[in-house]
Amino acid sequence: MAVDWRNFEPLLIPKIPNLHKIEVFEKHDGYKQLAKVLKEYTPEKVVDEVKAANIRGRGGAGFNAGLKWSFMPKPDGKPRYIAANGDESEPGTFKDRQIFEYNPHLFIEGATIAGFAMHIDAVYVYIRGEYKAWIDMMQKAIDDAYAKGYLGKNIMGSGYDMDMYVHSGAGAYICGEESSLMESLEGKRGYPRVKPPFPAQKGLWGRPTTINNIETLANVPLVIKNGADWYKAIGAESHPGPVLYGISGHVNKPGVYEYPTGMSINDLIYEVCGGMRGGKKVKAVIPGGSSTPPLRGDALEGVCMDADSLRTAGSMMGTAGMIIMDEDTDMVDVLWRISHFYHHESCGQCTPCRDGTGFLEKTLIKIRDGHGEMRDLDLLLDLCTQMEGRTICALADAAAWPVRYTVTRFREDFEKRVKNTVYALA
Amino acid sequence: MKETYEFNKEDLAEIEKIKAKYPDKKSPVMPVLWLAQEKFGHVEPAVQHLVAETLDIPAAHVYGVVSFYTQYYGERKGKFVFDVCTTLTCQLCGGYDILHHLENKLGIKAGETTEDGMFSIQSVECLGACGYAPMMQITNGVYCNNLTTEKVDSIVDGLKSGKMPEFEQIPFPQHQDEPKNSEG
Repeated sequence: MAVDWRNFEPLLIPKIPNLHKIEVFEKHDGYKQLAKVLKEYTPEKVVDEVKAANIRGRGGAGFNAGLKWSFMPKPDGKPRYIAANGDESEPGTFKDRQIFEYNPHLFIEGATIAGFAMHIDAVYVYIRGEYKAWIDMMQKAIDDAYAKGYLGKNIMGSGYDMDMYVHSGAGAYICGEESSLMESLEGKRGYPRVKPPFPAQKGLWGRPTTINNIETLANVPLVIKNGADWYKAIGAESHPGPVLYGISGHVNKPGVYEYPTGMSINDLIYEVCGGMRGGKKVKAVIPGGSSTPPLRGDALEGVCMDADSLRTAGSMMGTAGMIIMDEDTDMVDVLWRISHFYHHESCGQCTPCRDGTGFLEKTLIKIRDGHGEMRDLDLLLDLCTQMEGRTICALADAAAWPVRYTVTRFREDFEKRVKNTVYALA
Repeated sequence: MKETYEFNKEDLAEIEKIKAKYPDKKSPVMPVLWLAQEKFGHVEPAVQHLVAETLDIPAAHVYGVVSFYTQYYGERKGKFVFDVCTTLTCQLCGGYDILHHLENKLGIKAGETTEDGMFSIQSVECLGACGYAPMMQITNGVYCNNLTTEKVDSIVDGLKSGKMPEFEQIPFPQHQDEPKNSEG
């Protein structure tokens, strides 16, 4: 099923000059949705509407945002929090920074609506420390929103109070994992927590907390404005809405593009991004950040960017950070670099991950340098089996999947590089 | 020679503002470390002790945080630190060429600092600018995108004469060319 993307006008980052300025945002219906919610809606109604719209989390897991909100317990008068995840450190992902830069108030409005829906006292916006420039932009937008009464005490005269703070990370991939993000907000090393208890029961400072991706929250005002049915009609049926595709690698026009979900990968490469550099063939596509399994270039026909289509094709939507590689790419080198990343970023809490990522990298260096043997390929797959699902968080899985699927799907590249140690019996 | 570090009145006022955002006394450690690093250029153990005393938390905790996050400089670096991204997309688009060019130009390897204390080079993990690869960041600050060896040369030369590159705004592609892509 093809989606009508040619006539699509961006919704998250519409073509309006200076939309990051609060006066311009207000002129284009900005904060009207918040006003509507505060005046006409009950918190339950907001949750139901967002649940019905089926906004699937844009941070990677693709979980229904409204359903996640409904896990929050009843208010007991003590503080409750939202942690907005703008850590954005999955290689290939560079989309949330577009929201910080071009439409920060849409996010603030969405987060405040979410806050009202869940009786939240404060939203902590966690942004990776490298994004210093974008942290400053976000802080400016928040200051402006405070000055206009969209944040703080008695928001727009409704009696609802909510604060919003920016928290800067300091360079750790793991802090994009929700429980590690909370540890980091609490001023500790970013070690993921054992679940349960889940954040909705025991999150930040032991209080109920919901963690949503920046882009997910930016979708909320769209749903309130136009209704769940309108939203569900955009893009793929089971995974609706506009999405920011971050496309990088060997294409002519890399960048972030906003289109409906469910776009065919071939359309994105050849129509949106102007084809491959030098007219080369596609060798591999990583559809949603480096931890999602790569797809072969010769198996892209009909594969679309939504959870179902990608699952059938053998991968995942992830963050929609697509990395496109041409026919000259050396998959052994690529896989080594991915493994180096996960080895570097493993927090070191769990042995299968701390040691497993190291063994993966060492074995891949051996193969890359021409010292590998055929049995090392099986060793890699065996290591993956010993890592997947055996750790506190999903980093071990994220490190293992690319190895498993690159070795199996691009096996010829690896076989060419290893010494042939399988001898026929005489 | 042992240097002493202290926060002045304005810093302490800023720290009070930071503390007000968090419900307990341990949580402000990251923003306060950022403040200290911006002021002193690093967060060596002496600075870590200052942060610990100011926030009334154990110095060991502060050290734990500094050593976990890569952007805190637990030891001194050059005046300008080049963080060259070499992860995946940057690797595909020539990030290592940029790194090696910079290494040759400055005569140091990644992880080292020039003798005059001006420049350090680090090979870093994904900085979230994949569409604009290869790229690097200067001293936890400005992003330099779509690098070529010429661009690197002019950035280094500029820094030598005290000129920090400016923030490059990259236009959102769909805001630009509308008639071009509408065939079909």
